[in-house]
Amino acid sequence: MPHVRILIRPKAGILDPQGTAVEQALPQLGFAGASDVRIGRLVELDVADTSEVEAMCQKLLVNPLVEDYEVQVDGVAVEA
Amino acid sequence: MRIGVPQFPGSCDEVDALLAAGKVGDAELLWHRDRDLKGVDAVVVPGGFSYGDYLRAGAIAGLSPVMDAVADFAREGGPVLGICNGFQVLCAAGLLPGALLQNQNRRFVCRQVELVVETTATPWTAAAERGQLLSIPAKHQSGRWYAPDELLAEVKENDQIVFRYAAGGNFNGSLEDVAGVCNAGRNVVGLMPHPEHAVDPLTGSADGLVLFRSVLEGAAHAA
Repeated sequence: MPHVRILIRPKAGILDPQGTAVEQALPQLGFAGASDVRIGRLVELDVADTSEVEAMCQKLLVNPLVEDYEVQVDGVAVEA
Repeated sequence: MRIGVPQFPGSCDEVDALLAAGKVGDAELLWHRDRDLKGVDAVVVPGGFSYGDYLRAGAIAGLSPVMDAVADFAREGGPVLGICNGFQVLCAAGLLPGALLQNQNRRFVCRQVELVVETTATPWTAAAERGQLLSIPAKHQSGRWYAPDELLAEVKENDQIVFRYAAGGNFNGSLEDVAGVCNAGRNVVGLMPHPEHAVDPLTGSADGLVLFRSVLEGAAHAA
């Protein structure tokens, strides 16, 4: 069955408190020069029919108001 | 007047919602798998952690069978109030504008807040006064209301901001201090703080009662 990965991230310009926390923690550990840290989600699933993935994203997996997403099928990015 | 309170696995404020509703009428618990609302006159979607809030707060509950029925009820003009997780559920279900994001300070915050009533043109604020201050508790980690510019402009244009945090009281980073909004039809209202926890002076404030009184008086007018 095709293996699908959905990378979900907060839209540009939306405050990401998790990302901010990590961005502040990195220099404290000696890693200088990291910026624009954003934290999203990865959803992985096997599906019989990849044509349904877009609908899954729109209906449940992603909130298109505040999140962007990218779909990969067997490691290859597909147009959303 | 009968107010229905749908219960999801993970809801935790349905008992207080029933108690508050019971102060103005009869209250009835509805089950998340129910597909009908048993003829109730209003619906209060309670706070808690519906379906564990896995994925995103309110996302899974927004697609539950009872929410299909609530959506139909709302489309017909029925008064619906979403409190905290209930607000998140109504946004997830597309019945209210915007989304609730993690608090700016990343913390779960539990405190008494002051809300300003911004509009009385909803069934849940009709008995209040514009500018009235309500002291009620808030307790949440994902209560930062957000809407993209275009949607925010529309919400403001249509007078859909129902509650704001009083000056200096916006602890979660909500856009424009918004604590609660309504839909374009004005019958669906959602807010993050908890009016159902403020219905008896014994617990510090009875300011939340005005929402429940509003819907009762509205029903009496309609009858």
